[in-house]
Amino acid sequence: MKSSHAPGNLLIVDDNRVNRILLARGLEQDGHTVETAENGKQALEKLRAGSFDLVLLDIEMPEMNGYQVLETCLQDSELRNIPIIMTSSLDEIDSVVKCVELGAEDYLNKPINPILLRARVNASLEKKRLRDEQRKLFRTFATKEVADELLKSGFSLGGKYVNASVMFADIRSFTSIGEKQNPADTIELLNNYFALMFEAIIGNNGIVNQLEGDGLMAMFGAPIPHEAHREHAVRAALEMIELVKGFNVEQAARDKVQIKIGIGIATGRVIAWYTGTQHRATYTCVGDTVNLAARIESHTKVVERPILIDQYTSEGLSTDIELESLGPILFKGKQQPIQILAVKST
Amino acid sequence: MPVIDPATFDELKQMSGADFIGELIDAFLDDAPGMIQNMESALANKDIESFRRNAHSLKSNANTFGALELAGLAKELESMARENNLDIGNRLEVLKEAFGKVAEELRGMRA
Repeated sequence: MKSSHAPGNLLIVDDNRVNRILLARGLEQDGHTVETAENGKQALEKLRAGSFDLVLLDIEMPEMNGYQVLETCLQDSELRNIPIIMTSSLDEIDSVVKCVELGAEDYLNKPINPILLRARVNASLEKKRLRDEQRKLFRTFATKEVADELLKSGFSLGGKYVNASVMFADIRSFTSIGEKQNPADTIELLNNYFALMFEAIIGNNGIVNQLEGDGLMAMFGAPIPHEAHREHAVRAALEMIELVKGFNVEQAARDKVQIKIGIGIATGRVIAWYTGTQHRATYTCVGDTVNLAARIESHTKVVERPILIDQYTSEGLSTDIELESLGPILFKGKQQPIQILAVKST
Repeated sequence: MPVIDPATFDELKQMSGADFIGELIDAFLDDAPGMIQNMESALANKDIESFRRNAHSLKSNANTFGALELAGLAKELESMARENNLDIGNRLEVLKEAFGKVAEELRGMRA
């Protein structure tokens, strides 16, 4: 798997030396800078003195435990911006749920699985980078006049036409999966799933701009233009299918449910802009291309193919990507039939 | 049941990097006897919280190395302490014996 992630400054907090060494060595190999703390008190001292992008925090510690550190951080106007991943053994799942409810970013079970560690650390770092950018953006634009306007209407700045590839992806029959297993398993499944999907999308120069339930929307070619956005989108889709296969092997080994996903991609002109309120901002887009991508994604269910794309997306793709034309399809709400192609995954 | 589960140990080696597995084993072999000793003195002083915490740490490390039997024994003691029950019979002796086997095996894998 390609890793184009920028390294981060990480703080590992664990009273157990073996865990500290293991996490530190594993993450240093990925290029991150790692510091460690043996207890909650020391962790807070280091957090206040340094500049960290992410904390891996053990729950069970003497003196000051993980809860107390988490709560202290969340109440601190500076420290609350640092994402915290709780680390705990499986039998502490109730405590973990409490931490996530309090505001922890994510959690990892011990013993730590190296693949999940990498995926979730990278996803958390990426989310922090997006949040930092959005915060910066908001501060840049939030003069008094603008801020007043924002409070009234949300903000819409620099909306423009761009050529982009838009992707929709979701998990097949997710509702019935949710009914079959307990909520903790569903959360675990979705967190792992999204971490892997982020990995594939971001690794191929895309951005994830919407998450809803088990579905996601991503863009390629904006906000930073990339000539090869079609290819990036299709490569990301292929990687997503591969990652889901690996994920299913692991799920099967742990006797957990396996999933299938569908991905639809359309390319064309979209209107893209930053949107949001004073609490939350995101980069998004609208237009026919977005609607079409969503329709194509739904169509994957009909034809039982994991990846479908429109004609424009197929233009100029490398020859090693195998395509099969499914002919013109007239989608609901569209005047003209659209040429649809299936991308073959190995 | 093998003393050390090979699949878990391989995964561990992959994660820490082959160069660091020795460092990891050393840390465990250095620290675990202290945890067991702490459990013994906690038992003598009826310090349930300290007993539970040390059993928890030992369980966590044993799981990391794939020392499944040792992990199971430590987990049982942790659960008993959580229920305020220090009536553990000879379980700590059994655990010490299990740790001896694990230590021997790990020293072999280190060499």
